[in-house]
Amino acid sequence: MATKSLKGRVHDLADSSTQLEFLSNGIFAPGGLPSFKEKLNTVQAEALKPKSLEILQMNLGYMCNQVCAHCHVDAGPDRKEMMSRATLEHCLQILKTTPVTTLDLTGGAPEMHPDFRWFVSEAAKIGVEDFIVRSNLTILRANKKYYDLPHFFKDHHIHVVSSLPFYKKDKTDRQRGEGVFSQSIQALVELNKVGYGKADSGFQLDLVYNPSGAFLPADQLALENDFKKALKKEYDIDFNQLFTITNLPISRFLEYLIASENYEDYMQLLVEAFNPAAVANVMCTNTLSVGWDGYLYDCDFNQMLDLKVASPVQHIKDFDLDQLQTREICVSQHCYGCTAGAGSSCQGSVA
Amino acid sequence: MNTPYYQSQDLKKFKNISDWSPELGKKFFDYYNSVFEESALSAREKSLIALAVAHTVQCPYCIDAYTQDGLERGVDKEEMMEAVHVAAAIRGGASLVHGVQMMEVYEKRSM
Repeated sequence: MATKSLKGRVHDLADSSTQLEFLSNGIFAPGGLPSFKEKLNTVQAEALKPKSLEILQMNLGYMCNQVCAHCHVDAGPDRKEMMSRATLEHCLQILKTTPVTTLDLTGGAPEMHPDFRWFVSEAAKIGVEDFIVRSNLTILRANKKYYDLPHFFKDHHIHVVSSLPFYKKDKTDRQRGEGVFSQSIQALVELNKVGYGKADSGFQLDLVYNPSGAFLPADQLALENDFKKALKKEYDIDFNQLFTITNLPISRFLEYLIASENYEDYMQLLVEAFNPAAVANVMCTNTLSVGWDGYLYDCDFNQMLDLKVASPVQHIKDFDLDQLQTREICVSQHCYGCTAGAGSSCQGSVA
Repeated sequence: MNTPYYQSQDLKKFKNISDWSPELGKKFFDYYNSVFEESALSAREKSLIALAVAHTVQCPYCIDAYTQDGLERGVDKEEMMEAVHVAAAIRGGASLVHGVQMMEVYEKRSM
């Protein structure tokens, strides 16, 4: 398993234009599989357009204590990109002046951002309905300075959404690195101790399941039941909901697909599983993603492919909701990941 | 010509059997889909049974399909291998139990 990001390894796929080129040729070349845009045209005449903005997702930076094999961000300890204080302040302003109901902090490991606690405290004062922090769990046990984070989360009514690809060590460690499973279990125990994941506590702890290979996730509820039974029996751990998220063919997951010669089969699988019902609820229609450098994207995946919003307003310093709402959402073949089977979003399945 | 009898892409053409017999094809696939629905047995349990049977009938299409299906359902490799051993035990046992017949014939014909 690689210990550095694609960027750190100076890999061809570290360049988003190389990824986009790859996704537009090969089996998607003329005469091959339909492009996502063509497929979309078979179920709706119009391009994807935004509905009302509900979720502001902020990527605080690409630094992470883990180097997961499937990471679409290409995050890792060698990534230094961090959101500036000025951009954080712009985001607070947007929370105050728009109808956003969900604030979703992601990364990298957002907890590693030096202004993380300041920002959470300030944003919590504004009082969004649902304030999510996406935690990789191991960061909570990575260093003593993070040990009190479960209490900090609780004090600010944070909704914790954590990655745990499986309820057993083997699959988890193969995807996320040696030792990740046991550290994640320890972190979940600490979160449970302060009330997270306990019925009626009001402190929501949700887990995210990513398939550990070139296949689609199963039914979300069936997997949630398996996770709940296994984690309770083996470790006495409770959590609220399981979100299943399909791996999108970009960045390090694309690297894996190509190296393991699964790319063509996986793309065919996604195309064949295209579900028009999932198109109706894709997250890019109610989400805006803010990159570490303040640029705006339709989703976190488009951010990693450097597909900025198709609008005259592209940076948060120029934020104009009315103008942004008239844009068309940028799509490419990676979007098949969000419309396959039961659909996929940062909030789990959508159909 | 050196084309193998089995080709993995043929699995995707399974539905084409309906082309030459739409009514029977429809009946088969309706039945097939009903069999695998969640009921007294979970869909996950049925997937593991299918994997074991796939090894018994040595169908490469079915092995491919139900390994993939198991992965999607969160079935891990230990569970899959145990299912294959169940198939092997029953299949091996089915051979071995006929030894009783051999023993009986042997005894009957011998002085």
